[in-house]
Amino acid sequence: MNITAIFLRLAEGMSRSVLIFALTLALSLPLGLFVSFGRMSKWAPFACLGEAKSAVLRKIAGFKPISFIVKVYISIMRGTPLMLQIMVVYFGPWYIFGIKISNAYQFSAVIIAFAINYAAYFAEIYRGGIEAMPKGQYEAAEVLGYRKGQAFIKIILPQVVKHILPAVTNEVITLVKDTSLAFVIAYAEMFTVAKQIAAKESSVMPFVGAAVFYYVFNLIVAVAMEKAENRLAYYQ
Amino acid sequence: MNEKTILEMRNIEKRFDELEVLKDISLTVNQGEVLAIIGPSGSGKSTLLRCATLLETIDAGYLGYLGNKVAETGENGRAQYVSKAELRKTRSYFGLVFQNFNLFPHYSVLKNVIDAPMNVQKRGKGEAVAKARGLLAKMGLEDKADSYPYQLSGGQQQRVSIVRALAMEPQILFFDEPTSALDPELTGEVLKVIRKLAEEHMTMVIVTHEMAFARAVADRVIFMDGGVIVEQGAPEDVLGNPKEERTKQFLARYSEEQ
Repeated sequence: MNITAIFLRLAEGMSRSVLIFALTLALSLPLGLFVSFGRMSKWAPFACLGEAKSAVLRKIAGFKPISFIVKVYISIMRGTPLMLQIMVVYFGPWYIFGIKISNAYQFSAVIIAFAINYAAYFAEIYRGGIEAMPKGQYEAAEVLGYRKGQAFIKIILPQVVKHILPAVTNEVITLVKDTSLAFVIAYAEMFTVAKQIAAKESSVMPFVGAAVFYYVFNLIVAVAMEKAENRLAYYQ
Repeated sequence: MNEKTILEMRNIEKRFDELEVLKDISLTVNQGEVLAIIGPSGSGKSTLLRCATLLETIDAGYLGYLGNKVAETGENGRAQYVSKAELRKTRSYFGLVFQNFNLFPHYSVLKNVIDAPMNVQKRGKGEAVAKARGLLAKMGLEDKADSYPYQLSGGQQQRVSIVRALAMEPQILFFDEPTSALDPELTGEVLKVIRKLAEEHMTMVIVTHEMAFARAVADRVIFMDGGVIVEQGAPEDVLGNPKEERTKQFLARYSEEQ
């Protein structure tokens, strides 16, 4: 196998890695926002028990089910390896529910696992940004008559985005490298392909190619994110 | 003088958990009137303002604007508010100027001023911009339209926030310690602007620590302490010749500090 042939096969893997990357971001960035809303939910269905004498009842009064469920979800997503989560999403339907899985499900499983994992991380970043917003911004919008949703989209979110961009960049860069984890269910992304060729050809060249690919990919990500930060640097 | 009542508050009560912040407060503000509210920290004056501007809910009592009920004690003894749609309408009656301005940092000065008229009141851009430029010029800010808030001094930011409130054409304007975040040099330029509005008979309620200013600009001064109105009347009476012991103490301590 000559260098060109190796490169062509690697390129095929690259396009799959890029696809995982792009789809994961497209799904997890908005999903994370909804997860963060759930995490910040103040809905307490038993709040009427707040005046109760018993300490146990008062504890129940403060119970926020949505926030609690989302907290558990985030805790699992952050507390277990993504590699394991990909396996659970892929093999779970068969082992747990006896549903026969097709080959076509392989790619979907990768995307689902990545999206729900990254949404958990993004959610906590969003929450940090949203909770750090001065209360006065909400109040100024409220007094001016903005609807809640309008105020969030026009006033709060643009400022939050500016503040969380560096933290998001961190996650996005990690995601580029994490795409290699799709190998665990034999999805032929970049690194899987590189390993296959390396074993067959007894050469380290494919790994060198892989290293260059990840580095250049992340360089592009870092430059793009810096551009975005600069575009938002027009105010303080 | 037109005696149309803009704001009416009757027997307002408000508590935070165990702490009674407002105890049976009643006050009315008529059109064209300038009311100054003074009092020590924790006297409830800011909470009163926040209740009037719907940033806090009252526990009991009556709150109304222009003769329309906004909240009133119901049969269960707790204040019942009108529908969300009516509350939105109520918000169009008043404007609020905050102590720390709360301008939107990602918007230029002009956008800060025109965004709510365009997106809340659905006015045309041309109309909103013309109105905004007129108000900015009046406040000596005509050359700042394209600046961002962080590029302005505190006094300029506060004047922009006054313009932002005025652009909504409110019936009444509330000020929550508008100069407390400013150094003395910048305080003057903001007070000058408020004085100008008073001369135009803008209806205003001003929570302030500036006694000389209150005396010069207010038609009526209210002294609050411990969640009640201790004394009220013409500024020269309340500030110059107070009847209540508590008011005298406050003013005496205040002039010592000055």
